[in-house]
Amino acid sequence: MIQLFAFYLFAAIMLVAASLTILSRNPVHSVLWLIVAFFNAAGLMVLLGAEFIAMLLVIVYVGAVAVLFLFVVMMLDIDFAELRAGFIRNFPLGILLAAVLAGELLLGLGAVGKGGIALGTPDGSAAVPADISNIQAIGQLLYTKYLFLFEAAGIILLVAMVGAIVLTHRKRPGVRGQNVPRQNARRPEEATVNMQPEVGKGVQL
Amino acid sequence: MDWLQSLRLAAPEILLSLSGLVILLASAWANGPRAARLATWLAVVVLAVAGAMTAPVLFAGAKGPETLAFSGLFAADAFAAAAKLLIYAAAGASLLVAPAFFERFRAMRAEYPVLVLFAVLGMSMMVSATNLLTLYIGLELNSLAAYVLAAFLKTDDRSAEAGLKYFVLGSLASGILLFGMSLTYGFTGTTDFAGIATAFKDGLPAGGAFALVFVLAGLAFKISAVPFHMWTPDVYEGAPTPVTTFFASAPKVAALGLTMIVSLKAFGTQAPAWQPIVIFAALASVYWGALGAIGQTNIKRLLAYSSINNVGFLLIGLATATPAGASAMLVYLAIYVAMTIGGFVAVLMLKDSEGNPVEAISDLAGLSRERKVLAASLAVVMFSLAGIPPLLGFWGKLVVFQSAVQAGMFPVAVLGVLGSVVGAFYYLKVVKVMYFDEPAGKALGKSDGVHQTILALCVLFLSPLGYLVVKCLTALADLAVAALLTAA
Repeated sequence: MIQLFAFYLFAAIMLVAASLTILSRNPVHSVLWLIVAFFNAAGLMVLLGAEFIAMLLVIVYVGAVAVLFLFVVMMLDIDFAELRAGFIRNFPLGILLAAVLAGELLLGLGAVGKGGIALGTPDGSAAVPADISNIQAIGQLLYTKYLFLFEAAGIILLVAMVGAIVLTHRKRPGVRGQNVPRQNARRPEEATVNMQPEVGKGVQL
Repeated sequence: MDWLQSLRLAAPEILLSLSGLVILLASAWANGPRAARLATWLAVVVLAVAGAMTAPVLFAGAKGPETLAFSGLFAADAFAAAAKLLIYAAAGASLLVAPAFFERFRAMRAEYPVLVLFAVLGMSMMVSATNLLTLYIGLELNSLAAYVLAAFLKTDDRSAEAGLKYFVLGSLASGILLFGMSLTYGFTGTTDFAGIATAFKDGLPAGGAFALVFVLAGLAFKISAVPFHMWTPDVYEGAPTPVTTFFASAPKVAALGLTMIVSLKAFGTQAPAWQPIVIFAALASVYWGALGAIGQTNIKRLLAYSSINNVGFLLIGLATATPAGASAMLVYLAIYVAMTIGGFVAVLMLKDSEGNPVEAISDLAGLSRERKVLAASLAVVMFSLAGIPPLLGFWGKLVVFQSAVQAGMFPVAVLGVLGSVVGAFYYLKVVKVMYFDEPAGKALGKSDGVHQTILALCVLFLSPLGYLVVKCLTALADLAVAALLTAA
């Protein structure tokens, strides 16, 4: 009973949040509504017994992707009024795309009744043992059988980081960095000077 | 699973990654051109050591279940060893030629050898793959490092353009490959190559055919076979020349080795399904590479078309789907690496009197009178690429066509020979410009000793002296193919 209630609660909030994501006028609000939608999707995943995916949604999508969106929206000077200006001009194209999507959905719904395609049977190497949670099951596979690939994936991330630094880092002349020892060594006597300007003459620095 | 055994089998890869990490860490403190040069030499030593660790595997002809490591994700058999030796040699050569080039633009940094080492690690994983996951992770590691290397010369707009083009098209190809791989997994229920072969042994379902086409399309992009070749001339022209040397040699070997593994191992039971695709790609590459090169005025673009053309000949060997064809492919691949390295190192040695690189073919006019040895070496490479008999390039083409005739693919062999004749035209045009045109007086600059040594080694290998090692080369290729075709 409580599960049913939780399902309808998460699903309803998620639908509302998703609609508000595309409807709100302020792009920052859109991103915030998107985060609400992600949280509720994570709740639905927990109900399905997929805790790992729920965690991923919260950590990766909310923690990284949504914050990245927020950064982009707030830091780039995008004129959203201008973006919306082509609405009427692009309307036919949008309708066409929507129609294609609707057609695909109808085809998919029609195909469900005909039964599935003949897929291969899994070889069992990734089967989840019944008595442990799926986070534990993934961990057991990832850190034993697939350890080699896990480490290699780590190197890929390192290469991505090195690449980003190599391509963007350059030595600029004339950058005023902070020199802490020099700051500390400075005494009030050298830094301040007592001036007695005459009236109407100004100061020479 | 025995961890110690697995670690021992993957020792060259572990050495590569650890030394990459150490050099990266050391370069954080010791920066500057001299440290970068030292890092480059260190990386070459590491590659040599990794090669020394790999060579015994090839000579012993290791095959079968005892070569499998990490619960069957990775195979250190004779085939992988053969490909790895070629990759290490090519990567070493392209590292050695780099400092002299980049120092001119004040762009030599220790990250260059580090990225090359990680790219080589990715390639090592590709040719050792026995599982779709290993394949993909190796391929991505290699590609990601390659995108950065293409854009390494930040002061040159063409380099940035090459990097961006390579990145966008490469990601698209990775997506296509990944789609094919997930279809394969869906229709077989396994990512293991042997498992895929078993699942498809009674015929390919319609979905399996889709999977095969997508996987082959993704791989065709990586080896730049027609119709997925369009990025090659732009990237090869724009990337810094040492990087182009690298792109045209080592990743080609890795991607072709991977294509062989996927076609002959995973889809080995379904050869009739992929043969028409490979035959089309082979002949289209031969002709497109030959015809596209004719109008080129930049020597790097010309060599890019030449590499497309050569991939066509290599794919003819694959199209036979016989052990003889695969063995011929490996022999040709070894000769191709020597020709490519020789060609690009010769291009690197073309400098004007101020030391700026010369890339236009018209500037090579009369090179034979100004720089006799360089012109003669470039001529040897060009004649070898054209497949003119006393040189080793001829032997590579001969064994490939021979395997095609043996497999009863007479029309393909004839079309390939005709394509080779068409291709000879533009190679000979370069020789004609160097020897018979009035001197342009452009490429007068002195070249580095390291460049001269590498070029001399390549030319020696391609000269008729190379026939002394052909027998040994063929025997090793046969060992490697025997390991590839052994069911693990």
